[in-house]
Amino acid sequence: MKFVLAGQPNSGKSTIFNAVAGYRSATANFPGSSVSYTVSRALIQGREVDVVDLPGVYSLTSSDTVAGEGESYLLDGGYDLIIDVVDASRLGRSLELTLQLLELQRPMIVALNMVDEAERRGISVDVSGLERELGVPVVATIARRGKGLRELFRTALRHAHVGGPAPARRLDREVEHALATVSSALQESGVKTGVPLRFAATKLIEDDRHFHGIVLGWYPGLEAAVAVAVSDLERAHGWSADQIVSGGRHAVAHSIEEQVSVHGSPSVGWREWLDRLLLGPWTGGLLMVAILTTLFWGVFGVGRRIEGPLVQLFEHVNAAVVGRLEPGSLLATVADGIVMGLAGGVAIVLPYLIPFLLGLAILEDTGYLPRLAYILDSLMHRIGLHGKSVLPLILGYGCSVPAIMSTRILESKRDRRITGALAAFIPCSARSVVIFGLVAAYLGPLWALLVYLLNLGVVVVLGNILGRRMRGSSPGLILEIPELSVPHPRTLAAKTWLTMREFITIAWPLLVASSVVLGLLEWFHAHDGINAMLSPLTVTVLGLPAAVGMTLVFGVLRKELTLVMLVQALGTTDVGSAMTVAQLMTFTLFVVFYVPCIATLAVMAREMGWRDTAWVAGLTTVVATAIAFAGRFAFAIAT
Amino acid sequence: MMTLDAVGVRRQARVIMIDGGHGVRSHLNTLGIHVGDWLTVVERAPFHGPVLVEVNGTRIAIGRGIASKVRVDVDGTVTSLVDTANPGRAAPR
Repeated sequence: MKFVLAGQPNSGKSTIFNAVAGYRSATANFPGSSVSYTVSRALIQGREVDVVDLPGVYSLTSSDTVAGEGESYLLDGGYDLIIDVVDASRLGRSLELTLQLLELQRPMIVALNMVDEAERRGISVDVSGLERELGVPVVATIARRGKGLRELFRTALRHAHVGGPAPARRLDREVEHALATVSSALQESGVKTGVPLRFAATKLIEDDRHFHGIVLGWYPGLEAAVAVAVSDLERAHGWSADQIVSGGRHAVAHSIEEQVSVHGSPSVGWREWLDRLLLGPWTGGLLMVAILTTLFWGVFGVGRRIEGPLVQLFEHVNAAVVGRLEPGSLLATVADGIVMGLAGGVAIVLPYLIPFLLGLAILEDTGYLPRLAYILDSLMHRIGLHGKSVLPLILGYGCSVPAIMSTRILESKRDRRITGALAAFIPCSARSVVIFGLVAAYLGPLWALLVYLLNLGVVVVLGNILGRRMRGSSPGLILEIPELSVPHPRTLAAKTWLTMREFITIAWPLLVASSVVLGLLEWFHAHDGINAMLSPLTVTVLGLPAAVGMTLVFGVLRKELTLVMLVQALGTTDVGSAMTVAQLMTFTLFVVFYVPCIATLAVMAREMGWRDTAWVAGLTTVVATAIAFAGRFAFAIAT
Repeated sequence: MMTLDAVGVRRQARVIMIDGGHGVRSHLNTLGIHVGDWLTVVERAPFHGPVLVEVNGTRIAIGRGIASKVRVDVDGTVTSLVDTANPGRAAPR
């Protein structure tokens, strides 16, 4: 049995999913935070059920030539029941999608979510009235607090067994006439679309590019029938056919909303006041700087306090373990590798990673990110993009992989390519760990801030160049700004843990293994060859010790490795004793900019193709070398 | 008739026509902005930034470029009429 959660972006699908599946699907307070679907097996009343969390779709009509992942999944039909998650505070608009989902004529129930938020806005919805209007079961829920979810899944289970396909709603007469014409033409042609005739006809009349391509490609004879129906419809209404159909649904949805909901006076609370400040023409920019600076200092302050004692602890442990073994023996080398690998992970990476991820989670869950997109829109236009590109770029500070995946929220291919390339340049949390662990720790936090600002400057310049050089249209910003919300501590913890778990299960073993491998390479003196090969870059151009060559190679696997390997290569956790501050700065600058890690390259290749990926990898290396080289001399002059 | 990017803060406007391609139009439609809908301009970002509008209880940021393609009608005298037609919906905050 398979249930699929479908609904508009930011309606709380992932929150419902996580409530039954454990925290598996990252949630955030901005539209489009889930870009691909997540499946999990859940136990509902003793039955095993697959629950699918789809990325949000505003509508089943795509203006793009490729259908979104959520849309394709819904049309594909490999599931038993749709749970349509509806935002009660935006009932009218959400119902427009519900009407389209009903057209799929599959078993369906509605989760009327966020009824608490609706109440705050003075909206109360009559659940049984909505049930009557739609003809499918409706369950009121507050997913954030887990209310109504048990009832929701009980209803889902019952309805998947008993309930028939959902009935479709009628639109106005001319539209129905056009739909009937196209439907019968479709039936005569015998084209297999895999969806109900009426739904297929609607998509053709609405000029859904993706669907048009499929159906008319199979059976070109249909084109004439569709054209006649469309022109009749346009003559009767005086608008384009897609607007008539969408307008028709809009009207039906809003008449349902009016019948089943009562609008009282909304309570203007702190959210409204705060929003006025956050989005105000002058206060907005100032607050943005304040918020981001606070985040930076918070991460540094917490990280430094934890790092110091832990580093000392591991120095002792290492001395205790390795000191007992015969110095220079193979066993001592392996033991040293293991301890250094563990030390790098626990003492240097975690202290900065945890507060960083927590801070980012807070930004995501409060709904501040779309507000940043609003504030930075005009600035982003200067570099040839628009405000929506801010979201992938900010997510890039967490991890480049989801950042590049989230470029899918951008409408035009050009914007996706530029933003994806730029996101690779944004220092992810692993690279931030290097910045904090080396520059902030040994040179001071202001220098670390300078690295971030320098990076931002490079991104702006690159964006400007790419924006000018790349052709194609950038449609401009259209973005829903969700209500501000207070992040739930449990969700924040779960979200941080989701990323942390990935670090512990994937990165950590890799850290320890790589550390051992490096130890062995040193033992067999094999590392000299690689270091010598890289020495023109590391020693001649950048003025670094030859030993860092290997760390850069490992860094392509995962960026944290550069730091941990540096510890291993230099043979001490007190890096400052083995390298000068100028060298640390140059090293950090290079690490921040050079080739993204393997995982990023893989996701980039999937999203943008190998050609763009190779191009970005090359560009990052060139930029990294240039910046680090310039940094080497600029730092010497400045200090 | 004027375009959305010229509407002042806290003013209401009714969408008359959406210029621009199928993509922009359907995107606005799916976010709940249709011809005939009443919008309230909540905020206008400085430096030619986006316009923040409220429509049917949702807030949507619209870039200046796109806002200049949305033709609207602004008429202060119909404000009360809107309130009775759509109670509580487009009422100014």
